[in-house]
Amino acid sequence: MQISIFSINGPIIKTINSSSLCILEMVYVGEKKLIGEVINIDKNFATIQVYENTSGLQVGDIVKRTGNQISVTLSPGLLSNVFDGIQQPLKTIKQNYGDFLIPGSNQSFEENNKYYNIIFRVLKNDIVSSGDIFAVCSETDIIEHRFMIPNGISGKIIDIKQDGSYLITENVIIIEDEFKNIHNIPLFQKWPIRKARPFNKRIPISIPLITGQRIIDSLFPIAKGGVAAIPGGFGTGKTMTQHQLAKWSDADIIIYIGCGERGNEITQVLEEFSSLIDPKSGKPMSNRIVLIANTSNMPVASREASIYTGLTIAEYYRDMGYHVAVMADSTSRWAEALREISGRLEEMPAEEGFPAYLPSKISQFYERAGYTLNLNNTEGSVSIIGAVSPQGSDFSEPVTQNTKRFVRAFWTLDKSLAYSRHYPAINWITSYSEYIEDLSDYYEKNIDPNFLSYRQDIYNILIAEDSLMEIVKLIGSDMLPDDQKLIIEVAKVIRLGFLQQNAFHKIDTYVPLSKQVIMMKIILYLYDKLSLVIEKSIPISYILKTNIFEEIIKMKYSIPNDASNKIFESYTCIIDEKIKNIESSNK
Amino acid sequence: MSLEYKGFSEIKGSLVSIENVKKVSFDEVVEITLPDGEIRIGRVVEILNDKAIIQVFAGTDNFSLENTYSKFKGKPLEFAVSKELLGRIFNGMGKPIDNLGNINYKKSLDINGYPINPMSRKYPVDYINTGISAIDGLATLIRGQKLPIFSGSGMNHNKLAVQIVNQAKIAEKNNQQFGIIFAAMGIKNDVSDYFIKSFKHSGVINNVVMFLNLSNDPIIERIITPRIALTAAEYLAFEEDMHILVILTDMTAYAEAVREFSSSKGEIPGRKGYPGYLYSDLASIYERAGMIKGRTGSITQIPILTMPNDDITHPIPDLTGYITEGQIVLERTLDKKGIYPPISILPSLSRIMKDGIGKGFTREDHPDLANQLFASYSKVMEVIALASVIGEDELSDSDKLYMKFGNLFEQNFISQKENENRSIEQTLEIGWKILSILPKEDLDRIDYNIIEKYYKKEV
Repeated sequence: MQISIFSINGPIIKTINSSSLCILEMVYVGEKKLIGEVINIDKNFATIQVYENTSGLQVGDIVKRTGNQISVTLSPGLLSNVFDGIQQPLKTIKQNYGDFLIPGSNQSFEENNKYYNIIFRVLKNDIVSSGDIFAVCSETDIIEHRFMIPNGISGKIIDIKQDGSYLITENVIIIEDEFKNIHNIPLFQKWPIRKARPFNKRIPISIPLITGQRIIDSLFPIAKGGVAAIPGGFGTGKTMTQHQLAKWSDADIIIYIGCGERGNEITQVLEEFSSLIDPKSGKPMSNRIVLIANTSNMPVASREASIYTGLTIAEYYRDMGYHVAVMADSTSRWAEALREISGRLEEMPAEEGFPAYLPSKISQFYERAGYTLNLNNTEGSVSIIGAVSPQGSDFSEPVTQNTKRFVRAFWTLDKSLAYSRHYPAINWITSYSEYIEDLSDYYEKNIDPNFLSYRQDIYNILIAEDSLMEIVKLIGSDMLPDDQKLIIEVAKVIRLGFLQQNAFHKIDTYVPLSKQVIMMKIILYLYDKLSLVIEKSIPISYILKTNIFEEIIKMKYSIPNDASNKIFESYTCIIDEKIKNIESSNK
Repeated sequence: MSLEYKGFSEIKGSLVSIENVKKVSFDEVVEITLPDGEIRIGRVVEILNDKAIIQVFAGTDNFSLENTYSKFKGKPLEFAVSKELLGRIFNGMGKPIDNLGNINYKKSLDINGYPINPMSRKYPVDYINTGISAIDGLATLIRGQKLPIFSGSGMNHNKLAVQIVNQAKIAEKNNQQFGIIFAAMGIKNDVSDYFIKSFKHSGVINNVVMFLNLSNDPIIERIITPRIALTAAEYLAFEEDMHILVILTDMTAYAEAVREFSSSKGEIPGRKGYPGYLYSDLASIYERAGMIKGRTGSITQIPILTMPNDDITHPIPDLTGYITEGQIVLERTLDKKGIYPPISILPSLSRIMKDGIGKGFTREDHPDLANQLFASYSKVMEVIALASVIGEDELSDSDKLYMKFGNLFEQNFISQKENENRSIEQTLEIGWKILSILPKEDLDRIDYNIIEKYYKKEV
């Protein structure tokens, strides 16, 4: 008996005669061969979620088995490519089917007819095991692709091709395992998206993911292999922050997942990345990015899958020994896709209609990040930065709250900062990072032995300002004593000159940690010296008249990014000079 | 050949079921004939083995279990299009209601459309001058953008929409054609008359296609209206190379229709009773804006929605804001002060303006000036909050200056006449004039060279 459709409700169909199906197996539904996935089986029916628009399906239409779970094809050609949520290459679909995504316009990534120049790293009769690198090729100008022995295969190489150019589907080595089984190994491997790829062991986190964004690197850092969330209402700059991190973070590979977001934003990422030049290599940034684009109007089931597709690709590059950063924009849309599918399955809803398994799904997602020793003894990492779009900008809603439980860096975007166009609109009072301790050794050895104390001093001024502002809101700033006014002025310097960062300014868009330290030192020096002036009972109005604060605020534009510590000394001279003038005019 | 089925097995709200059906496709159209010959249109929304559940758009009144004949049409709902649509008026289901007869159509298109492949999208960068300072200066409209107006009951969003239609230079050159698609969902008769009158008055009526589902029309039809309108827009933009401006009003009434339909189907509700898929559903409308590489036309969308109880966190404005590329928010306090258009500057935003303004597009100082106006006006809000506690007299001199700036900004920059069409230069000049009452040191968002060039010393 053939498996056939019994009922249809939006993207969810039920089939009969389906006892042979497996949970999570991929199937082709109907004449158009729509891609679906088995999510539930009972005595009479199997429930299948379909990754494409089900318009036009009929009861009785045939469902074909594939015998495999929904998988991604891992091979060269992923970088600088754009895929939908189930890894169909959108560029090829455009060439073959036109400007609109019509259901059934299937295109598998394996059919990529490109030859790669392969250089083998193993010899005939070598003994290899899962994860070992057996060949390399240059995938793009800056990334070397390392081919690994697929999981579960090990043994002796009994035949191997010569270095040369091959299609990814060609078998290039033959391995005989200990049971004398023969394995033909091609240049691609398949991996089911919902299963994490194996590694040797996790390594404690100790290196920051440097983003060039001051408020993140200096105040609330994320580590390589770490997880961070960016919650924010609409218009607070989540996507803009994600773009900045994708552009500038020092990961080798970026996986950008546009999950249920705007079509134009994907176009923008594409255009920006092709025109941006990577400062390290001098080549376009698009050479190191994989884009997963499942926009809000594309099918909801493949939106749910897009997150896993992105993560699996990230883990594959991690296994080669690369540092990978995954940007997921936005995890709320993914959670909503879960809710939508759960609703169609008539599952019992928990909070706000979300399914009861939402927290476990979120935790499984973030747990796929980490810094690892791989099977082939290289080290790699997957860092995840997830945007969260809280309903009604209310951070107590289920997705934000459950995300908070599983991430260790939390950058909250603030509406009022966004309204005054203070970008990035990361609120410094409510944001936090638990990675500071883990990274302290790195900062001490590589950046500045006092880095953490500078950070704390800067943060203390901001905290002091925050509590003073409560008073100012009630009585006005004029009523404050001068030493407190000074805190407010210096905090303003920190806010405008340090925390606020202009993504469209040539210098300011990316600032290395070395310059961030210099800036913090200058601000603290200014605060220390001016505190002494105030102690001498010199009114703060004298200080304000010198425009010293404006001058320091401008340092973000006037200090070059490659500045050495000498520039700190020249700034201390300027500050000393001004203070001398203030003191003499007071006499 | 399609079979006809007599009667139903069940009628529940706007849903009917037919049993023992064969070869029925999901989403296909059903024509239901009543004894008096009236034909109502429905759509298959669920199939359970040999039972089809059908959503009837015009309601199920006068239906009994036996008195109807239903015919399955074997295809999804389609709308027939051609250039003859221009100048015509249709009901919410796409039937002409202007007594000018049927149109000769070129082709029939599925009203659900298909998602544009993200690879085919052209990133919008050409700005549209609307002649309204608050929009041009601070939340610039870009051709191919979707920029909603968030309003409240009793505010003059319709006047603003009409002004945008009248003044916006949608087509950039004379040889390019432009068109306006107006889709009304659940608005009052006199509001639709106001739009028709205004379109006639300004002489654009021959370029307008209207789809009217008014407040006394069937509610479930509202789910179809914007989709038909956008199908027409897509045809005119992407096949006839026209620049199309789509006005959808009122999206709140649309979302309520979706809620009504969902609850009659017995679906599990999400927030405030709206179905969990409201985001995807709204996205399937809003994302049908944009431009495509290699085609000259464009679809710019201005959806209008009334925020229930002026609450921007209500699911409808909230989800809309997450999908659209910015928003223009109207504010009741400004409206009460008699300021037109009552655009609340701080929450208003155009996400894609940054690539369409500045040197080579509008003027080099535009981005910095806009930023500074936002920053300074948000300072005004802080000062007003303080003044409400300690009294205006107790404010420091600098704070008093900001109060003055705030007033001038509202009176001269935001406020303008409903037929006043300002050029971008005029808008920027007014901005500089007001900004120049603040001391230069306070202008921390503007590049030093730009301040030197544009700051008005004499003020």
